[in-house]
Amino acid sequence: MKSSRFDATVLTLGFAFLYIPIVILIIYSFNASRLVTVWGGFSLHWYQTMWSNQGLMDAAWVTARVGLLSATLGTVLGTMAAMALVRYGRFPGRMLFSGMIYAPLVMPEVITGLSMLLLFVALGVDRGFWTVVVAHTTFTMCYVAIVVQSRLLTFDRSLEEAALDLGCPPVKTFFRITLPLIFPAVIAGWMLAFTLSLDDLVIASFTTGPGATTLPIKIYSQVRLGVTPEINAICTILIGLVTIGVIIASLNTKRAELRRVHDEHMALRTPS
Amino acid sequence: MAVAQNSDGQGKGGLGRVFVVALPYLWLVLFFVAPFFIIFKISLSDTAIALPPYTPVFEGFGAIQDFVSQLDIENYIFLTDDPLYVKAYLSSLRIAAISTMLLLLIGYPIALAMARASASIRPTLVMMVILPFWTSFLIRVYAWIGILKPDGLLTLLLQAVGLMGPEDQVQIFRTDTAVFIGIVYSYLPFMVLPLYAALEKMDNTLLEAANDLGCPPLKAFWRITFPLSLPGVIAGSMICFIPITGEFVIPDLLGGADTLMIGKTLWTEFFGNRDWPLASAVAVILLILLVIPIMIFQNQQKKVA
Repeated sequence: MKSSRFDATVLTLGFAFLYIPIVILIIYSFNASRLVTVWGGFSLHWYQTMWSNQGLMDAAWVTARVGLLSATLGTVLGTMAAMALVRYGRFPGRMLFSGMIYAPLVMPEVITGLSMLLLFVALGVDRGFWTVVVAHTTFTMCYVAIVVQSRLLTFDRSLEEAALDLGCPPVKTFFRITLPLIFPAVIAGWMLAFTLSLDDLVIASFTTGPGATTLPIKIYSQVRLGVTPEINAICTILIGLVTIGVIIASLNTKRAELRRVHDEHMALRTPS
Repeated sequence: MAVAQNSDGQGKGGLGRVFVVALPYLWLVLFFVAPFFIIFKISLSDTAIALPPYTPVFEGFGAIQDFVSQLDIENYIFLTDDPLYVKAYLSSLRIAAISTMLLLLIGYPIALAMARASASIRPTLVMMVILPFWTSFLIRVYAWIGILKPDGLLTLLLQAVGLMGPEDQVQIFRTDTAVFIGIVYSYLPFMVLPLYAALEKMDNTLLEAANDLGCPPLKAFWRITFPLSLPGVIAGSMICFIPITGEFVIPDLLGGADTLMIGKTLWTEFFGNRDWPLASAVAVILLILLVIPIMIFQNQQKKVA
């Protein structure tokens, strides 16, 4: 009994530590005063100035496009990589392959960013929007591969085998059987990839070029000049979007889970 | 794995399989592995005040002799000669090691409490640990500036409770302490989740048996719980230690002028001094320092998968 009280205290303190800074940031985005530490009453003023800040809005638009493109590309490549790792057993260079999937997860961003930039320069590619997309695709696909891999490892292969045994071509089997079954993990991977891309400052700073300033680069350059409530406002909107996304995704997973249980139940009942 | 050698549709399936393996494979070789060779190559070239700011070292395969004669390790000599760089590397490793210890000390009780919570609320707890991770890293570091500033919220709070005189201010912002706070805050989910994964799988009957045989709880923890959670401890420590060593954003925004971290040094060499070869040499040495931790991490991951 004593240990459960200890656990409750630990969890309360831990979550307070994790959430209080974010909550404070959100509260102060509605502060009428320009001074970050003085509460001057509720106001939406900073949301208005943020909205009319053309540079900030342009950066947000660039970031959204980079995120959508790189998350989608990263999800396709990452899902393929996960299939390769889980399904295709041994193939030449498998060691290197799994190494290449895990290493980017822990590689310091300054190294990844710099090496990527030097590659683009060596290839003679102009840096800009597309180089950021390629860079983001490269590291997000590894996260997607890990997420999808863990789903593939725990999934019942008998349906897939049945389809193949009945002569369904492998590609069709993948799209009709495997993909629907791993879809929640693919969506989770996409969302993770999207938020990672949205979030990245270091790799984007190295690989970007003129006209492709992303939101984190913009926020970073403003933060260096000092804390302004305008940044609190844009951060609050980003947090809100992510929270909504996560809630929708978890509801979706839950619904898919319920439907699956329901379907299995029905499948068991009908044949008898 | 036997099904991988499925006999039907071997021709088509074989081709599709090659495609599925080859596309991500080639992508990673081109955009993740090849750049390391380029970074190594450029770290051996001279600085030039042109764009790109380095003299080309390698042009065509016919020029191998030129290549060898032009290579020079002056960037590396410069790095090892200048005590500032050596200090920055050592300081990064020290900060990463201390932070990892702090993360373990703070993360372990949280993970343990999560694993001991009733099964019905565990998914919610996991979600609550992950959620801050989904919000921007930059934003979370930025949030601490407002708290730690001398006229920030922590000062106001301490003054309000009376722990501090109205004239006193918290002197944490732009010190190593602020860097530690920022790192622990940002990396806590990365430490808690692997620990939780290891602790949650644990067989509780072992602890019950120890208890029945009269083993005190603390001893049972050190003899049973902790050794069994060791894979999680190693995974969590590596996931935190490696990126923290090269961390740039946190020391830049929260640290002071005397906070030496190699990620910041690399950034300054590249963006400030525009010395690409030297920045590359800094990166190569950092990578060499991290090879062993990265290998430990990969072995650990392979065992889990």
